[in-house]
Amino acid sequence: MEPRRTLVSIPVGQRVTVRGLRPGVPRSVALRLLEMGVLPGTEVAVARAAPLGDPLHLKLRGYSLSIRRSEAQAIEVDAPSAERP
Amino acid sequence: MKVARAARPPAERAPATEAAAPPRAGERRAPVRAPRVLLAGNPNAGKTTVFNLLTGATAKVSNYPGVTVERRVGRAALPDGREVEVVDLPGTYSLTARSPEEQIAVDAILGRAGEPAPDAVVVVLDANTLARGLYLAQQVAEAGLPLVLALNVMDELEASGRAVEVDRLAARWGARVVPTTASRQVGRAALLAAVAETLARPEDPSALAERETPWAPEAAALVASLGEAVAREMPALTPAGVRSVARWLLLSADPEAELVGVPERLRQEAADARQAFDREHGAGALDLSVVGARYRRIDDVVREVLRDREAHHHRTSLGERLDAVLTHRVWGLVAFAAVMAVVFQSLFAWAEPAMGLVESAIAFAQDLVRGALPEGPLRDLLVEGVLAGVGNVVVFVPQIALLFLFVGFLEDSGYLARVAFVIDRVMGGVGLHGRAFVPMLSGFACAVPAVMATRTLENRRDRLLTMMVVPLMSCSARLPVYVLLTAAVFDADARVVGFLSVGAVVLFAMYALSVGGALLAATVLRRTVLRGPRPTLVLELPSYRLPVARDLLRSTWTRVRSFLVDAGTIILAMTIVLWALLSYPVDPAAEARFEAQRAEVSRSLEGEALEARLEAIEGEASSARLRHSVAGRLGRAIEPALEPLGFDWRLGVGIVGAFAAREVFVSTLGVVFGISGESDETSTPLREELRDAVWPDGRRLLTPLVGVSLMVFFVFAAQCMSTLAVIRRESGSWGWVAFVFTYMTALAYVASLLVTQVGRALGFE
Repeated sequence: MEPRRTLVSIPVGQRVTVRGLRPGVPRSVALRLLEMGVLPGTEVAVARAAPLGDPLHLKLRGYSLSIRRSEAQAIEVDAPSAERP
Repeated sequence: MKVARAARPPAERAPATEAAAPPRAGERRAPVRAPRVLLAGNPNAGKTTVFNLLTGATAKVSNYPGVTVERRVGRAALPDGREVEVVDLPGTYSLTARSPEEQIAVDAILGRAGEPAPDAVVVVLDANTLARGLYLAQQVAEAGLPLVLALNVMDELEASGRAVEVDRLAARWGARVVPTTASRQVGRAALLAAVAETLARPEDPSALAERETPWAPEAAALVASLGEAVAREMPALTPAGVRSVARWLLLSADPEAELVGVPERLRQEAADARQAFDREHGAGALDLSVVGARYRRIDDVVREVLRDREAHHHRTSLGERLDAVLTHRVWGLVAFAAVMAVVFQSLFAWAEPAMGLVESAIAFAQDLVRGALPEGPLRDLLVEGVLAGVGNVVVFVPQIALLFLFVGFLEDSGYLARVAFVIDRVMGGVGLHGRAFVPMLSGFACAVPAVMATRTLENRRDRLLTMMVVPLMSCSARLPVYVLLTAAVFDADARVVGFLSVGAVVLFAMYALSVGGALLAATVLRRTVLRGPRPTLVLELPSYRLPVARDLLRSTWTRVRSFLVDAGTIILAMTIVLWALLSYPVDPAAEARFEAQRAEVSRSLEGEALEARLEAIEGEASSARLRHSVAGRLGRAIEPALEPLGFDWRLGVGIVGAFAAREVFVSTLGVVFGISGESDETSTPLREELRDAVWPDGRRLLTPLVGVSLMVFFVFAAQCMSTLAVIRRESGSWGWVAFVFTYMTALAYVASLLVTQVGRALGFE
């Protein structure tokens, strides 16, 4: 079975679909992410990283979210689709 | 704008909530209570603008008890002339709470914790983030309250080529929907009309919400069983309310959350139920089930009502282009530095003329009073106590106003979130939040507005941590102290490294020390007193918007007013106390002696010679008075403690006086050393006195080592009653004031001690 791919490993500019949250993530982080709409099936794009490398600027559900890499590790995603322009 | 008429869902109607409470026992013909309408919504949805639009100038600001969250209440007039009370709730993404601040919204909506139940709730949605806004509206609907949806920021939605089918949304949600663009005052009348209709014919949206939300059966069963316990503990709730509280408990109650007013039994049962569920269905399964079910309904509704009028994919909006620059790896940092430089410079420079005006006005008033009243304690109290105190308060207003205008502009425009985004890596390293950067930076100008600016931090722990650390940033009032001492002990203009003067090097060293100290203090406090889970960053980057000038001015005025009222009274009181400590008690024998001297001199001299001699006598008299006063005795009493630092009682008195404001250190030293007239840091007589000052045994007092030690003391000492006053106001308790004073004084003492003793040991005297 392929290793779990998380949002942290997705290069800037790619768009992926969320599979779910990794188990073992602190509840405060997990619940916040869920309630902000990071749910299985949600499309997320990694817009950029901050000038100092962290945090990440994500786009989903029509709005922008900033999360740290340590938090992005909690989000499991599908392989990015190849045909994005 | 048309008001959408909600289709009447064929559901059971909840008992109509009363628009007027019957008089309680004991009230004789009490006036009919105005209906209570809550305003809820996501942050950045324009909720405050809607609030201001509805309530105009009637808003009153206070505090929720026990937390430092603002409570805004105002009145709005319905089309038929009736008045409603509008309560602005804190912006929130969900009713789920993990702290008392986060509980405010849910307590108000459910009518708990002393808040009366609302008659209607208006949820302000940003039409451009419809799904997320509806997540909050879903929870309000589940609670069974009559609901109006204000679909705000419609101008942006239309500009992006999209539209919302308002009637369909109203039908699907069971609530009236009003499109608004509050920033342009569009939709006010329609919104008030919708509120009026909802109050007249209230509907319960919970039945529709329950039917349409695909709850998983296992989760629904859990809610039902927990609901039984909830109903027992809170018998006043409706069935919808019971389900709502049960779901809220399942999501909110866990060992780490700090909830108030929740019976321990319930909390435990909810936590246990969730754990049992997760054991059976997988970690985090319950949360996912509940949140997922809600979003499934929401996504379904949004798909139906949100329309793309034109195919506009990949047309980069203005906001995206701005972000491309403002969060760019290079340009982002450049822009960030530029913006911070402007804020900083304005606090230092632009506030100056206004501050000068205030000081002149106070001096003028003082002269007036001096001329009008006979010499004596009353005149001194008024001039040196009351007027000086008022001056001490009002002088901060220009800086506070300017800082809040800036911070408000940055926040409303959306750029402040980008500041936090860019700087988070550095701040996060010491445990500070990215949004703490602006308050910390303004601390270099003055800690008073900086402490007030910590309001932009949502999390209480972050706010307290920043407040505790901001006073360490070397404020501009310490500058006169550094300048005076450097000039007294060094040849300040001597070049040390090429073009750098000694003065510049010393100054830089002090600033570097203060920044280092602040970061170190933050790290330590984060691990000890303010320990807690590191708050997540998960932060929305709102779309860029042009701030609404009226809202900005109004909120700035609110801040200034709360400063004047809350902190101002403390500062005034402390000024008077300090004046008394520095002036009393008086030694009648010494006064008589000086009076005799003056009389003698007046007999034998005249003209300029007389003036000069009188001034000199006055200098001696002031010095004697100070020595005799409580502050003077205090200075002498603490001298044994100050000796290891290399300070004598005269410097000690200066330090006591500096508690009023650090500049007062200089003028107090002037008095202690008998310099006639006002002294400031450029005063040559004072500098020379300091250079020549000796201990009783003849040793030089202010050696270079002691000078540096004294400066280091000032870097760390908590020496500004005005800062302490605002910390009291912003933290809500004297406990934190005591803490910051204690730890900073201890830090100052230890640091100064180290410098002096280690320096002596290394032979530096």
